[in-house]
Amino acid sequence: MSKHSTPNINGKGNNHVYTLQERFFRSHFWHSLKVDLVAQICFLVFILYVFMAIFAPLIAPFDPYDPVSIDIMNSELPPSWSEGGESDFWLGTDNQGRDLWSTILYGTRVSLMIGIGAVLLQAFIGICVGLIAGYKGGRLDSLLMRIADVQLSFSTLMVAIIVLAVFQASFGTELYQELAMVMLILVIGIAEWPQYARTVRASVLAEKEKEYVDAARVIGLSNTRIMFRHILPNTLSPILVISTVQVANAIISEAALSFLGLGMPISEPSLGSLISSGFEYIFSGAWWITMIPGAVLVILVLVMNLLGDWLRDVLNPKLYKD
Amino acid sequence: MLAFLIKRLIQAVVVMFVISIISFSIQDNLGDPLRELVGQSVSEAERELLRDKLGLNDSFLVQYVRFAGKALQGDLGNSYFFKKPALEVILAKLPATLDLVFGATLIIVFLSIPLGVFSALKPQSIFSKLIMGLSTVGISIPVFLTAICLIYIFAIELSWAPAFGRGDTGSFLGLWDTSFLTIDGLSHLILPCITLASIMLPLFIRLIRSEMLEVLQSEYVRFAWAKGLSPSRIHYIHALKNTMLPVITVGGVQIGTMVAYTILTETVFQWPGMGFLFLEAVNRVDTPLIVAYMIVVGGIFILVNTIVDLIYGLVNPTVKLIRSK
Repeated sequence: MSKHSTPNINGKGNNHVYTLQERFFRSHFWHSLKVDLVAQICFLVFILYVFMAIFAPLIAPFDPYDPVSIDIMNSELPPSWSEGGESDFWLGTDNQGRDLWSTILYGTRVSLMIGIGAVLLQAFIGICVGLIAGYKGGRLDSLLMRIADVQLSFSTLMVAIIVLAVFQASFGTELYQELAMVMLILVIGIAEWPQYARTVRASVLAEKEKEYVDAARVIGLSNTRIMFRHILPNTLSPILVISTVQVANAIISEAALSFLGLGMPISEPSLGSLISSGFEYIFSGAWWITMIPGAVLVILVLVMNLLGDWLRDVLNPKLYKD
Repeated sequence: MLAFLIKRLIQAVVVMFVISIISFSIQDNLGDPLRELVGQSVSEAERELLRDKLGLNDSFLVQYVRFAGKALQGDLGNSYFFKKPALEVILAKLPATLDLVFGATLIIVFLSIPLGVFSALKPQSIFSKLIMGLSTVGISIPVFLTAICLIYIFAIELSWAPAFGRGDTGSFLGLWDTSFLTIDGLSHLILPCITLASIMLPLFIRLIRSEMLEVLQSEYVRFAWAKGLSPSRIHYIHALKNTMLPVITVGGVQIGTMVAYTILTETVFQWPGMGFLFLEAVNRVDTPLIVAYMIVVGGIFILVNTIVDLIYGLVNPTVKLIRSK
């Protein structure tokens, strides 16, 4: 199994740190990034988001999870630059009197965590299934791909809405809200694995005919080792390309589910539940509670989609259709 | 053809069977039917008797067979809230949802084909780049946010269109209530339909563009050029025909997605359709209604997918309807 060889990889990596770095700066990837302004901006914005998410507790002026710091008298204050705004709350406050900027920082953190968590789960299931289906072939392959087809024909959002609705109805709202983040990661993660499985399987089918796989087999390596150590690294570029887009999709799905009240509770809001909580107030003119988190969400997703497009052009993997 | 049809039908039955088992186990585990039927004052012994009488103590299999038998006759139990047969309640809301899906499909078809084809024929023009840029932005905006923005701009700031509800409906041949027949209905329809279309539109534009670009590179198109056919004939008759094949398949899959998005759209616009009803049912733990919704939507999915596969088989002469082994 791949576990035995982990120290081996690390040892290799340590001896060649400089070479790796040099290789990185001489790579096609780095060169493409240097000439593409849009990609650079997207990378910067994405890094900024990740930075905001990781250091949210340090950057945020208030702690939105702490009820003591919230004063209901401050609710629905407009952003500081518009009339009636206060300088303490530069993006204004939401309907519960929480500082919108702090809440958005924490919300970005929640959204990114769910998005990345769900994609890691998708990738894990999908890569395993795809490798096995592609490498073993035969009946197992057709069975697994049949299941993937059927699951793909039901839209993720539909499945997620129904599963979460049923869980919410059977757990009761309170218990559900405690488990919301885990449930979201599990549901979005499990619903989208066929995307990875199909992509990986298609690459495996092409890779498996190549000589290095035959060579590995002749040496007498185990199937597991060939699959995970020899074939998998060669399927990484399509995996990387779909991963960026999948994170964006997962974040959108999470936002949609939270908007329907099936996701993160308002006491621990993601960007989606923030938008949802502001929606009722939009008719009374409090646009900022909805629109500012909305813009934050759209920019995040847009940046990820643009990066995905750019990666696809740069790495140019054969993205197989069916 | 017949063998293909039968194969598809068997698959549809299997999927329906799985859906029915899932729905049944939900019904079995969610809430206690006795609580809905009797009050607090009924003693434990009487409850047990009633349980026996209703067959709630039977094994899972016996109960499932009973459920499936009733379901096949269209009896999915009574909604706890409406006190009416659940299937009837759902089907009464179906026209409203179909109005939305139909309106959105119209917008998608009439916009995505011309825009997609144009951006494939003139990939360097500024307009094409604008289309592609906007479609990336379009994919990145969640549907409920599109809806909220539309409401904010067109309903609140400009008051051009109403923000919620369905408005007046007209009767189509006495069979079907639709919003398409009255001015008021149309004005209510327009924002939700644009919202629903906005999810699929970028996807279809991109798909049509990339398929068209691929087709334009193919042998037979070059041959058509060599033969001296007019550009418009090559583009719109030879190339477009083959572009549309994959679009049909994707379209079939996306209809399912669209049904899911009607839940979001209907929630934002308070549209009295199936999706809105479903979310209300979830909040009220109205199990029979949840189950009825799942079965109806599952049925629509399977029906549409089967029809799309059949159309694809008919349109594309090269497709082998039965996979040769």
